[in-house]
Amino acid sequence: MVDKILTTFEPTGNRIKEYLKMGKRFDERGPLDFREITVEKDISNKAEGSVRVKIGKTEVIVGVKLGVSEPYPDSPNKGNLMVTAEMLPLSSPRFEPGPPRFESIELGRVTDRGLRESGFIDLEKLCIKEGEKVWTVFVDIYSINDDGNLMDASTLGSIIALKIAKMPVYDEKEKKVMYGEENGEIPLTKNLPIAVSVHKVGDSFIVDPSREEEDLSECRVTIANHNGTISSLQKSNSKELEIIEMKKVFEISNEVSKKLLKEVEKYIN
Amino acid sequence: MERKVVIPGETICEGEDYLPGENTEKKEGKIVSLRYGLSEDQNGLIKVIPLSGVYSPRRGNVVIGKVENMNQNGWIVEINSAESAFLSVNEVPRYVNKDAMEEVFKIGDIVIAKIWSIGKRGIDLSLNGNDLGKINDGIIFKVNPNKVPRIIGKEGSMIKIIKENTKCDVSVGQNGFVLIEGENIESEVFAKKAINFVTENSFVSGLTEELTKWFGENKQ
Repeated sequence: MVDKILTTFEPTGNRIKEYLKMGKRFDERGPLDFREITVEKDISNKAEGSVRVKIGKTEVIVGVKLGVSEPYPDSPNKGNLMVTAEMLPLSSPRFEPGPPRFESIELGRVTDRGLRESGFIDLEKLCIKEGEKVWTVFVDIYSINDDGNLMDASTLGSIIALKIAKMPVYDEKEKKVMYGEENGEIPLTKNLPIAVSVHKVGDSFIVDPSREEEDLSECRVTIANHNGTISSLQKSNSKELEIIEMKKVFEISNEVSKKLLKEVEKYIN
Repeated sequence: MERKVVIPGETICEGEDYLPGENTEKKEGKIVSLRYGLSEDQNGLIKVIPLSGVYSPRRGNVVIGKVENMNQNGWIVEINSAESAFLSVNEVPRYVNKDAMEEVFKIGDIVIAKIWSIGKRGIDLSLNGNDLGKINDGIIFKVNPNKVPRIIGKEGSMIKIIKENTKCDVSVGQNGFVLIEGENIESEVFAKKAINFVTENSFVSGLTEELTKWFGENKQ
């Protein structure tokens, strides 16, 4: 359906803010509740690991692919990690085809930073021959439906996809990757980076915003933490935060990430 | 004849007793549907109420739109149709100072207006009528424009039930925008839920009874 009016209307926005002041949301969730999360595993035939994550109506597909390439000069004994996110035009009338926009670059970068800085992937074990050959892990994120909070959905998806992915075999003589054969799992550590985006709407703080709420968001802070340690942090949107508010954001993200971790653990064990 | 879901090309009925109405055509004595939707028989006139597709503006429709731009003679309003609509200063039933037009409507304002003509130049809107004008309060949300007739119901029966049970004022724009205004936000959210129930079950026959039942089960 063609949708030309894209933003949430101002009167509706005022109502959402008023309602939030009372601690209520339009879809009967509490301010710190997530929508229902469903995960479907192994949806792609070619990828080493793939998942479809749904948070309410928001839907993303994450695929993990492995290849062999040269290491970067500054890390000759480490494998490479490449995260790319694409916001497909089919997922929302807001996304246009063409070169990636700010939002989709940000989505990929924030997910990448969470995975990289937490040390979730043991990149040193992905080294085949130091300085010459290493494994490259490609994490591709595609949005299928955007109903707010693509950020948390893509991190969630990439963790699970990496966890269920199988390593292919590298044939030294033929210098070829044998994709059909399995050789265990990707070397991972216990540092699961759980990302939680906290949004400031009016004077209230919420997590997992719907499309309407995300339109109203004045400030978003995405914090990924592993075992209680912050691995990455990104603040977006124009509004500033006071120090007291920032402390509250840390508390919220810490609390919510514990709940999210339980959800994730359901799918990876 | 009972209401049923039909697809394009499907024969709805045969015989000389029937006439083709909206979204249908007569082919070799058969009434064939042109759209995907619900077929309806109104004293021999066969109509199809579409269940999907874009909004096509018609004269007399009440629509809700957003002021996108303005010029010397009026405002350009986006109503989610193929063409944007124009609201002339002459069609606003109050004095408009042409030097301070933003006092009446500024860019970004939401208006509820009526389509009074569709011509080659585009769609013209009017504010002459009851309950038309700027929207300041309330919840506005989007539904599938093809489901608007179901929300209103036969002679407004469905919308009447919603209004009575939620004590909210509900205005439905034919272009798929619904405005709910009530005493408090709880009742507005409740009315929104009721309308979502109608749109989700729009293919059910006897929906007015279903809705009454739904109101019985889900009290505020």
